[in-house]
Amino acid sequence: MKKRQFGRFGVQKNWTIPYAVFLLVFVITPLILIAIYAFTDADGQFSLANFQKFIHHGETVNTFVYSIGIALITTLVCLIIGYPVAWILSQNIFSSTSVIVMLFILPMWINTLIRTLATVALFDFLQLPLGEGALIFGLVYNFLPFMIYPIYNVLNKTDHSLTEAAQDLGACPLKVFTRVTLPLSMPGVTSGILMVFMPTVSTFAIAELLTLNNIKLLGTTVQENINNGMWNYGAAISLVMLLLIGVSSLFTDDKSGEEGGLL
Amino acid sequence: MQDFNYIIDVRNIHKSYKDKVVLDNINLSVKKGEFVTILGPSGCGKTTLLRLIAGFLPATSGQIFIGGKEITGIPPYKRPVNTVFQKYALFPHLNVYDNIAFGLKLKKLPRKEIDRKVARVLKMVSMTDYEYRSVDSLSGGQQQRVAIARAIVNEPEVLLLDEPLSALDLKMRQDMQMELKELHKNLKITFLYVTHDQEEALTLSDTVVVMSEGVIQQTGTPMDVYNEPANSFVADFIGASNILNAEMIEDELVRFANHDFKCVDKGFGEHTPVDVVLRPEDIVVFENPSNGMLCGKIQSVVFKGVHYELTVLTEDGYELLVHDYNCFNVGATVGLAVKPFDIHVMKKERVCNTFEGKLIDSSHVEFLGHEFECKEVEGIEAGERVKVEVDFGDVELLDNEGMIEGEVKYILYKCDRYHLTVLTDWDENIYVDTQDVWDDGDKVGISIMPEHIRVIHL
Repeated sequence: MKKRQFGRFGVQKNWTIPYAVFLLVFVITPLILIAIYAFTDADGQFSLANFQKFIHHGETVNTFVYSIGIALITTLVCLIIGYPVAWILSQNIFSSTSVIVMLFILPMWINTLIRTLATVALFDFLQLPLGEGALIFGLVYNFLPFMIYPIYNVLNKTDHSLTEAAQDLGACPLKVFTRVTLPLSMPGVTSGILMVFMPTVSTFAIAELLTLNNIKLLGTTVQENINNGMWNYGAAISLVMLLLIGVSSLFTDDKSGEEGGLL
Repeated sequence: MQDFNYIIDVRNIHKSYKDKVVLDNINLSVKKGEFVTILGPSGCGKTTLLRLIAGFLPATSGQIFIGGKEITGIPPYKRPVNTVFQKYALFPHLNVYDNIAFGLKLKKLPRKEIDRKVARVLKMVSMTDYEYRSVDSLSGGQQQRVAIARAIVNEPEVLLLDEPLSALDLKMRQDMQMELKELHKNLKITFLYVTHDQEEALTLSDTVVVMSEGVIQQTGTPMDVYNEPANSFVADFIGASNILNAEMIEDELVRFANHDFKCVDKGFGEHTPVDVVLRPEDIVVFENPSNGMLCGKIQSVVFKGVHYELTVLTEDGYELLVHDYNCFNVGATVGLAVKPFDIHVMKKERVCNTFEGKLIDSSHVEFLGHEFECKEVEGIEAGERVKVEVDFGDVELLDNEGMIEGEVKYILYKCDRYHLTVLTDWDENIYVDTQDVWDDGDKVGISIMPEHIRVIHL
């Protein structure tokens, strides 16, 4: 009996081999390489010089803080715009909600660069200046669907009888929202925040195009360093960024995991 | 103008979605402190009625009063009622205490009072010590108790219960029924309970309201609706019963199954077609056939625990369901008798199909959206509105396409024939007597021979 179970387990284990190889080649190895590059100098010797340079290099630290600031603002704007949209869609007010959800998702079918170039053309046409404002607009435009969809998903799955129960117990519409709808949608909100925050911290193409390369984000710095052959320093900055994203996702791990708010 | 004796007063309520009528002129008055059950098959509109009273749905027309105040247009959060939902609808992000305290916190009661009230209702539903458990960790029965506690802690004037026990298993359901009854006695508030389970309705209620197709069929005590069903639907839906076509020969004498029986009913007139209900437990079986009024052969015997369920086919071809404590052999010939008091006579809702129609020419008439051939009509001008009558037994049902199409909506077994309600594509019911077996929901073709169509001047 026990042996058979082992046998079956063995078969299932075999099935995972391709995925394990894939993860090893495309996830684990690059991560290890990044770490190795980050902790060595140009000669391949162990060194913390890259991190010292990062801390002491005022410009990079500024870029770092600025990137986080831009990412936070983008996330906040996405949340402020995205939550009401998701809520309205979940109410099934429109007869064809799925079509409208589709329309919000549709831009994602088009390449980010092409969309961003189109945004540049739009700003030119309207004679609006490119810069910080354009950057935030571009980021929000690009990442808004990632905020709407997880929130819509959770709201849509929420049992309607819960809001009825709240009304029945004496909650006016505002109280129904603050006491029931909002807390129940938090898993969607946290995954939305993660899915917008993570890519905006590390983006560089959108920043380059929409600010005419005037504003640097951390992603831009990494790209510049690596383009200029400074692999070790670039790797160190990437690692810092990775840790930041890792830490930010820790905050949300407990809830979003079980409720399945992610896409 | 409103009667203060009634805590709930529903007046002339209509509810329809687009063209579909869900509730048709509902009038319901509930006395303070009563336990009222709305009973009916699924889709009869009982839950819709409850949701109208709770305020989750607007009525198409009509008025609802609670405690003498009109609440028809008032949103649910301002109504003095609380609901126990079918699937409990407990807030998953709150623990037991916070779920129950939800309504009290909204009323901004002091913390101490909330604690006291929560503790009191938890004790009432025997869930003390569960305050800080998460609701997901509770069993179905426990969740149900919390849902009830959450509703009654607000001390509503009326507690609405929407099939609260339907998700529980039989044993648990029976225990909870007793507890609900006890709770009702202690709280002294009005319970309005919706269920499709006739046994539950009879066990729990002071008053049973039987509904079907958006119409209240009968309102009465459990004993009334069981012993004196108002029509064949109620008789069929509540308990097992034998329903037969009969003729009231004169007062206290009724003829069915080819025999004359003494009964206690009066005032139906002479030679009036009626329906007769015989409860299976009211039919007495004699081993010696000559002792009974009817004579029949036992077709099947099923042991049901307390009693045996027999089907007996009488000499004249009527199949009767009988409950008896004694076991009989299949194939044995027995005598059957029934006491006059146990024969329940009901007025027939209709004795034949009647439709409104239009005469096309002297041998064609249009009704149910179709032009039918009929016998030569005299004395009526073509194009005039007419009344058309067709006997139940003269409507033919076909597997394939008939003159018009329909769907079997309701089947009533009348001991020697089936009485079907068929909804035609024209959205009008046609009633059919047949020996053939059809199923609920069957699509049928309907055809009527010219000689069976009676055209009558309006």
